[in-house]
Amino acid sequence: MTAMYLSQLTPFYGSRQAVKPVDMHIRANTVTAIIGPSGCGKSTVLRCLNRMHETIQGAYATGSVRLGDADIYAPDTDPTLIRRQVGMVFQQPVALRTRNIYENVAVGLRLQGMNRKADLDAAVETALRQATLWDEVKDVLSKSGMALSGGQQQRLAIARALATNPSVLLLDEPASALDPIATASIEELVTQLKKEITIVIVTHSMQQAARISDETAVFMVDTSAGDAIGELVEMGDTTQIFTQPADARTESYISGKVG
Amino acid sequence: MHNTRNYTWRKLVDRLMRGATVAATGCAIIPLLAIIIYVMTLGAAALSPQFFTDVYQSPEASSTPDTTTGEPAAEFNPDDPFAGIGIEEGSGDTPATSAEAEAAIYAAGPKGGVLHGILGTLVITGVGLLFALPIGIFAGIYLSEYRHERFATIVRFCSDVLSGAPSIVAGVVIYVAVVTQVKQFSAVAGSLALALLMVPVITRTTEEMLKLVPESMREAARGLGAPTWYSSFTVVIPAALPGIVTGVMLAFARGAGETAPLILTVLGSNVISMDLFEPMAALPLLTYRYTESPYPGENTLAWGAAFVLMMLVLVMNILVRVATRRRGGASR
Repeated sequence: MTAMYLSQLTPFYGSRQAVKPVDMHIRANTVTAIIGPSGCGKSTVLRCLNRMHETIQGAYATGSVRLGDADIYAPDTDPTLIRRQVGMVFQQPVALRTRNIYENVAVGLRLQGMNRKADLDAAVETALRQATLWDEVKDVLSKSGMALSGGQQQRLAIARALATNPSVLLLDEPASALDPIATASIEELVTQLKKEITIVIVTHSMQQAARISDETAVFMVDTSAGDAIGELVEMGDTTQIFTQPADARTESYISGKVG
Repeated sequence: MHNTRNYTWRKLVDRLMRGATVAATGCAIIPLLAIIIYVMTLGAAALSPQFFTDVYQSPEASSTPDTTTGEPAAEFNPDDPFAGIGIEEGSGDTPATSAEAEAAIYAAGPKGGVLHGILGTLVITGVGLLFALPIGIFAGIYLSEYRHERFATIVRFCSDVLSGAPSIVAGVVIYVAVVTQVKQFSAVAGSLALALLMVPVITRTTEEMLKLVPESMREAARGLGAPTWYSSFTVVIPAALPGIVTGVMLAFARGAGETAPLILTVLGSNVISMDLFEPMAALPLLTYRYTESPYPGENTLAWGAAFVLMMLVLVMNILVRVATRRRGGASR
């Protein structure tokens, strides 16, 4: 089943086109990895999937992205509502500075108007359990999120994104600021989460993509026209991409010759 | 290879440069310390319990002056708006006294206190802050959170111009726009003039403090589907609060110390007045008037008033520092 379908999605920064039009199916309850060298537009495309891209000054995108039956780029769509259905976790772990651990998770729920203590308690616990953080923080929920380690803060950010029950979770290099042990816990978490949610992850680690993803999209930088522009080279089953890539550029990238 | 000559030379240059920076810092600090020490020494002479509990007493008055009447509230006269303020020297109504009595008056120590000035400064500056606070904070939020809009660039430029404007200009503006319109000097007119000076200070510090909040925090809030105003008020502003409070205190300190705008707006008073629509006393005005006074006793009071003003600002700053630090510490 398709969770998201990108059709001729073309992100721009001002007058500069960042990526050639992208067509892509993202299957429900899978992990889709987006890999490629720096500047290939992989994060840009990811940020288009919940309309975060356009929050950058001058940035916009053309084309369409279907989420279920709706086009999230339809003119009458409120981007803030899309972002509640498509959660996002960023490269740098962010614990909201002035909030304790509990409130760090509850903030999205309060935003949606959930106010009853019992409802909040239940939702916060569920989200923290999903993020495999509950056992570590259940006794210190009133402590500042800043007191947690980097890996814990990143799982806290995942819990915050999960609390509002999104149908898709976008991860933008979620482990690149973390040590190997914390990285392993995030990867383990991602593998567990796909039972309940669709995940799209941008990573610069090909090993990570190979370990956790079901499908992989490979982006490259094309400099043939002068200006550097990103493009989707190929997409397919992860095992196939890493063993029998169809495109020569993918082959040289994953074998370490470029990028 | 270790180049000894080069190494010695580099060490020497390092010492010289560091020496230069230390010397420059010293030059910058000396006037500050000199002012503080000078005001403290001379101001301490004026300090006594009655300095803080009493109001103005005329040096010519007898030992038990009737302070309840004080000076009559100044009537506004369009032809001579400053009549009654006492700035114009040689007020002719001084009763003729004998040479000995006059000498005794000059020799006498300070009389009376500045309670009316302390209260007046707190009220005028406080009300001014009430005007300036919402405008400054909201403008600062606008400049930081919507910083790319063209209008924001214009506002930022105007705010900078306003913060560089001489304070007397604020006084003149309010004098013409308010005082001459209602034909009445008043505390609230002074508050408005001070607010004009405080708004740009609050605006720019609020903006700068909000800009220091990492962009990742805003992204995280936005990623949850929070509209900009929501992320501003629940995530960004709380994170920047200690800095914003410091900016507000700076604005208060700036307002409390202003003299020129008050001369044109609140006029001054010799009694305790809590009526915002009447002239009121203020510490900078007392300092100004007592310094001009021919009586040595009143000159001493001027130093005392200056000292109290300085301490007021200092103590407020320290209190705020302590309060915000405790807040920051608890969340860490």
